[in-house]
Amino acid sequence: MTPLGQSAALRLGIHDGLVMPFWMVFGSMIGFGSMARDAGVSLGVALGSSIGIWGLPGQVAMVELFAVGLPVFAIVVASSMANMRFMPMCVVVMPHFRGDPTAVRWRYLLAQMLSINIWTVFMRRGPTLAVEDRLPFYVGVSVICLIGGAIGTAIGFVASGLLPLYVTVSLVFLNPAYFVFVFSSVRYRNCIIAVVLGALTGPLIYQISPEWSVPVTGLVAGTIAFYFDKGLENRT
Amino acid sequence: MTVTDPWVVLFLCIAGTFVWRALGVAVASRIDISGDLFQWFNCVAYAMLAGLITRVILIPSGTLAETPDFDRIAAMLVGLAIFFLWGRNIFVGTGTAFGVFLCLTAARHFGTLPF
Repeated sequence: MTPLGQSAALRLGIHDGLVMPFWMVFGSMIGFGSMARDAGVSLGVALGSSIGIWGLPGQVAMVELFAVGLPVFAIVVASSMANMRFMPMCVVVMPHFRGDPTAVRWRYLLAQMLSINIWTVFMRRGPTLAVEDRLPFYVGVSVICLIGGAIGTAIGFVASGLLPLYVTVSLVFLNPAYFVFVFSSVRYRNCIIAVVLGALTGPLIYQISPEWSVPVTGLVAGTIAFYFDKGLENRT
Repeated sequence: MTVTDPWVVLFLCIAGTFVWRALGVAVASRIDISGDLFQWFNCVAYAMLAGLITRVILIPSGTLAETPDFDRIAAMLVGLAIFFLWGRNIFVGTGTAFGVFLCLTAARHFGTLPF
């Protein structure tokens, strides 16, 4: 493939970011901002949490448990556990930057910028781009999402109580709804099997163990999907 | 130990999430992307996220928990039907699900739903 060039790839990233992810992050973070205010943290901490933790389940755990007044160790462990998904997400994304020395040098910063919205956009578009275009594309999507997250958090915090609940709750619903369609569009067979099995077992495992449901679902459903796909491959 | 400074808690929580990111990067730099292990990680990542998202819709926490299951499930079913009829357009699917959900919750708010 012919490279687009740095600025064109950056613009493509900004474009792909603005089409949907910006609004998704914006909507989710409005919900988070208003929740953070109700929990009694300051606007600065709420913004720092959105930009720094940059993973909603971990942010929610931090704010909720801080409000309850749990010991700091318990808050940090719960928040960290809620964001464990970043580990496999980074494993899957990072090898796409191999062959680009700048991206490799900044890999920990790129990992820090990763979120589920950025991940899904990158997993669709990134592999189709030339290696040198992937970094500017990724940066474009990420920066747009971070801006959306920061604006959403601030609006949610400031406008908490001003927006009617049916609007806020619909904005919170927007992002998970969007992901259902994103994951209904995955193309590779092993990913399709993993998505279906994960979607079926996730809520069940959650009822057995809420804290461990995300990693356990990933390990159980992901491993079964992997071997099931292997089995299909060997048969054909 | 109870730390009352929220900035300290925030900083530690940022580090707590970064641990997973860094671990992922460390594994990623040693992994063979044509190998089975990489495909396994791929399956785990997709299964994990799919499980998390269905859980958030079916058994939500926070503000979404205050909405009836019917509204969330109906919005997703209508959205999925339109999505598949419309050649799998993510934008159309998401817009439909959001629109149905907004109408249902608004109608409930104004007391115009008979159920």
